[in-house]
Amino acid sequence: MSDQQPPTDQPCCQLKRRTFLTRVSVILGTIIGFMIAIPGVGYVLAPIFRKPKHKWRTVGKLDDFKVGGFVLVQYEDPSPVIWAGVTAKAGAWIRRVSETEFIAFSINCRHLGCPVRWVDDPKLFMCPCHGGVYYEDGTVAAGPPPEPLYKLNVRISEGLVEIETEPTPLTLTTLT
Amino acid sequence: MSNNFVTRTWNWIDNRIGFSDYIVPLMVHLVPDNARWWYIFGSATLCAFIVQVFTGVCLAMSYVPGGEETYQSLKYITDTAPLGSILRGMHYYGASAMVMMAVIHMVQVYMHATYKYPREMNWMSGVVLLFVVLGMAFTGQLLRWDANGVWSVTVAAEMAGRTPIIGPTLAHFILGGETVGGSTITRFFAMHVFIMPALIFAGIGLHMLLIMRHGISEMPDVNDPVDPETYKEAYEKRIHKTGVPFWPDAMWRDMIFSTLIVGVILGCSIFLGPPALDPPPNPSSINANPLPDWYFLWYFAVLSLLPPQLETWVILGVPTIGFIVLFFLPLISNKGHRAPSKRPWAGGTVIFGFVAFLVLTIYGYKKPWSPDFGVKELPASVVGTDHGPLAEGAKLMHIKGCLYCHDIGGYGGHRGPELTEIGKLLTRDDLIIRINNGGHNMPAFASSISDSELQLVVDFLLTRGVEKEPENPKSTTP
Ligand code: FES
Repeated sequence: MSDQQPPTDQPCCQLKRRTFLTRVSVILGTIIGFMIAIPGVGYVLAPIFRKPKHKWRTVGKLDDFKVGGFVLVQYEDPSPVIWAGVTAKAGAWIRRVSETEFIAFSINCRHLGCPVRWVDDPKLFMCPCHGGVYYEDGTVAAGPPPEPLYKLNVRISEGLVEIETEPTPLTLTTLT
Repeated sequence: MSNNFVTRTWNWIDNRIGFSDYIVPLMVHLVPDNARWWYIFGSATLCAFIVQVFTGVCLAMSYVPGGEETYQSLKYITDTAPLGSILRGMHYYGASAMVMMAVIHMVQVYMHATYKYPREMNWMSGVVLLFVVLGMAFTGQLLRWDANGVWSVTVAAEMAGRTPIIGPTLAHFILGGETVGGSTITRFFAMHVFIMPALIFAGIGLHMLLIMRHGISEMPDVNDPVDPETYKEAYEKRIHKTGVPFWPDAMWRDMIFSTLIVGVILGCSIFLGPPALDPPPNPSSINANPLPDWYFLWYFAVLSLLPPQLETWVILGVPTIGFIVLFFLPLISNKGHRAPSKRPWAGGTVIFGFVAFLVLTIYGYKKPWSPDFGVKELPASVVGTDHGPLAEGAKLMHIKGCLYCHDIGGYGGHRGPELTEIGKLLTRDDLIIRINNGGHNMPAFASSISDSELQLVVDFLLTRGVEKEPENPKSTTP
């Protein structure tokens, strides 16, 4: 129906009018599209560009930590949404190396992000996913991880141990 | 009289909505009479989709996409809500059924080369649908917002992060921020519930439209390869001579098979129940053992078995190339023979794919590449004694985590070589060097094992596979 050509013997202005109206509707359609899409797309993409500030989170009192192996601590992630509940938690392996010195690693394996486990006796971190193993200094001992465990900053402030929050460490590719 | 009233009412409605004009012709359109049981898988996929839509909508009435409330609502659905566990089970098994049927449908179409002229776009729309269905299956797995779900999304983000240049952006888009958390689950919910279903509805609409446009294909005829010049005309002619109306002449088979499928889905959900929920979704808890649902397990196995240099290529390449090859297949070969007997490569590909899937899936369940954290101590029957230095050495094998990766007499993991006969193969010095320095995929233990411990372990290992020394050694030497 709609593909009928207008009769050719119509006056010229009728044709021009049609062309004009076609253009107008295409342009207005585009504008409508943009007006609808821009707020939505911006809203959805915003989290990518909003870089949350790194925050210092308390993970315990200084006296809670004995010099020795690693312990698992939990703290709130840097930018929790209000409905996040328990999913706002982040975890780290932390070790009191000496009276004043701490070391902390993100629990994410540097291979594909699975949670590594500290096994005290052999003094190794092991990953349940594909057999990644790390030494206690975080360097790779075996398996597929291409990089050492991600180190988190730790500080002692007024008798409290604090960890600086970080994004989930991504192992970026170099495609070699 | 009342009959007359019903007829008149129906005629009134029919006249307004055009059921007889539009729907009936679709239902009774002619289909080849030789299609029979081969063609039941497409409609079964559709039927599984209907199960998914219906159970999904019902579940959404109680499901709360957000934080730990998600977990609570899942627990409520599973444990408390009347029929909730059946509903959740149906949605779970329905997903499996849909993936399975879609793949079988595709294999059937591929084997009969139904994708050739003029049905190229039927196939292409089907490939897009398949990938969206897999996307549904994946996002659905994460909506089961337990420990496994949380860690799977982390792995997914890491994989996306491997994409050159836009990797981090993509990963943060998936996570809805820089870490897994509340905004991740709401994001996946929107994809699973609005975006992908909309795509599937649209895709199914197109797929069906194309089926109506080009007609259901006939069984391949060895003597009649597809020739785009003449195919359409010949098909029309044949179908008018030998075709049968889809409804009811062909459709009853679809109905029987779909009844069976829905019956199995319901049966599984009643008797097996929905998948158990892992511990709550706390990203700081390490007690998770991330494992994908069965249809992705083969891919998980591929990633674990690959040499690391190839990994990124495979992570990014398999989905991309898989899609491209499948999508463009009908453009590469859209004429010629359709009969499987004339296309041995097609058959070979399917068999190879199936065997590979099977083998990799079995590997995926066994996970021989992962340390086995749950191993027990070696029993005395394997050690040969329950006291003395030998038993101590055996105990250390457990304490030091050696058994996580090494199997001795059937006890232990499979990440590293089996040590059941190691005493025959290596000398004391070899063993000490290996344990201290590590080596190919083995950590060095020098700093975490004391000298005396090392001796005990080595002494123990040296007895493995070695016959007990005879009581009187002298008698054996002449
Ligand atoms: S994620 Fe740890 S080894 Fe793969």
